[in-house]
Amino acid sequence: MTRAFFALLARDLRLAVRLGGGGGMAVFFFLVVISLLPFGIGPDRELLAKVAPGMLWVALLLAALLTLDRLFQADYEDGSLDLLTMGLLPLELIVVAKALGHWLTTGLPLVVAAPLLGLMLNLPGEAYPPLILAMLAGTPALSFLGAIGAALTVGVRRGGLLASLLVMPFYVPVLIFGVGAADAATGGFAGEAGRQSLLLLGAVALASLVLGPLGGAAALRANLR
Amino acid sequence: MAGMNMISAAQRFHAYANPARFMALSARLLMPLAALTALLTGAGLWFALAASPPDYQQGETVRIMYVHVPSAWLAMMGYGVMAVASAVALIFRHPLADVCAKSAAPIGAAFTFLALLTGSLWGAPMWGTWWEWGDARLVSMLVLFFLYLGYMALWATIEEPVRAARAAAVLALVGSINLPVIRYSVVWWNTLHQPASVFRMDGPTIAPSMLLPLGLMGAGFTLLFVTLLLVRMRAEILRRRVRNLRLAQAGGAGEV
Repeated sequence: MTRAFFALLARDLRLAVRLGGGGGMAVFFFLVVISLLPFGIGPDRELLAKVAPGMLWVALLLAALLTLDRLFQADYEDGSLDLLTMGLLPLELIVVAKALGHWLTTGLPLVVAAPLLGLMLNLPGEAYPPLILAMLAGTPALSFLGAIGAALTVGVRRGGLLASLLVMPFYVPVLIFGVGAADAATGGFAGEAGRQSLLLLGAVALASLVLGPLGGAAALRANLR
Repeated sequence: MAGMNMISAAQRFHAYANPARFMALSARLLMPLAALTALLTGAGLWFALAASPPDYQQGETVRIMYVHVPSAWLAMMGYGVMAVASAVALIFRHPLADVCAKSAAPIGAAFTFLALLTGSLWGAPMWGTWWEWGDARLVSMLVLFFLYLGYMALWATIEEPVRAARAAAVLALVGSINLPVIRYSVVWWNTLHQPASVFRMDGPTIAPSMLLPLGLMGAGFTLLFVTLLLVRMRAEILRRRVRNLRLAQAGGAGEV
């Protein structure tokens, strides 16, 4: 079962590397949104530095949402999802492998890109460690909660858009705690509020590691009858 | 083949037995319920708008509260009904449960919208702004509204009723697990960004002269919810019957 799990994960990673259009696109989208921001609110460096943690989080969230439909849709269309459900792995573990693959190919590149984009927004130096730490803790939650939305809309016309709408409310806590942990106003993780935010973000992420596979598998069962 | 036919016939019988009884029962309940709703809401409105004194702090604007508070209460109760019905539909495959969940959603969404709207109207004179991000209840109501909309959108996009019912039930349950987390995070967010400076409605204890209209309106709105739910459930059952008849007519594929 472990071997099947890793085989599935490796397949997803290989597909992401060779087919393209996945994580790279998300990072590009992230870059474009962050570059649009100064055009929208003006080149005032102090203002940009102030809104940088929040904007980086919001843009990262949108970029992650954008790639959700890749999670199950392609496998559903070419029939491999049906084959997977007939295999050894329970559906919950399939969802885990898929979400983990999504995080490795989308979430992680976004976190790596975030500090560079932070430079563009004049983010102060001491804000980087808490921001990156919060993003590392928070992005798995985006993938695992997103898996529920992707599974719910598998095989649905314009499923990607619908999945974004369904998942958005579930991302609210991640966004709030994520920004709370990185915001200079709360003192980052040096401050008491920032540290609490980070811990709560970790709790949300851990809970989503459970909720995501269970909800995702239930949704897939509903859609693949 | 014969065995399969018998199973599906038995399932169909089971599926129709309960709705049939429900249709008969609800037809008898509907008129009395509607009359009671009109009576209670009418009396409540009279007390709320005419026969109760204006608040010594808020003046006449306090009357908005008599619509706002019951709406907010029903917005949450609506989601509760939806979540419980979804759980019953998923676990016991009760044929009426997913009809109930589907029918409850638009009513709950309407009450959520009403609560947001009246809250905004009340906020304009009291807080001096139409929208106050600093109030955790307002923001979490907005998220609740989004959850309702997502649930309805999912129902609307999946064509096959059985599949849509299962998927929507999963969404409603996941949402019900997430709601407390969202609610808590919004409260936390508020305490981070600004101290609780906004006027709190639940601060002062409520005077008896306000409790009577509030209670009447609450009961009236709850009955309104139940009445509308019954009407919508009846309509949904009839819609499904029509769909099955059409499918059967279209080529004996009625068992889909």
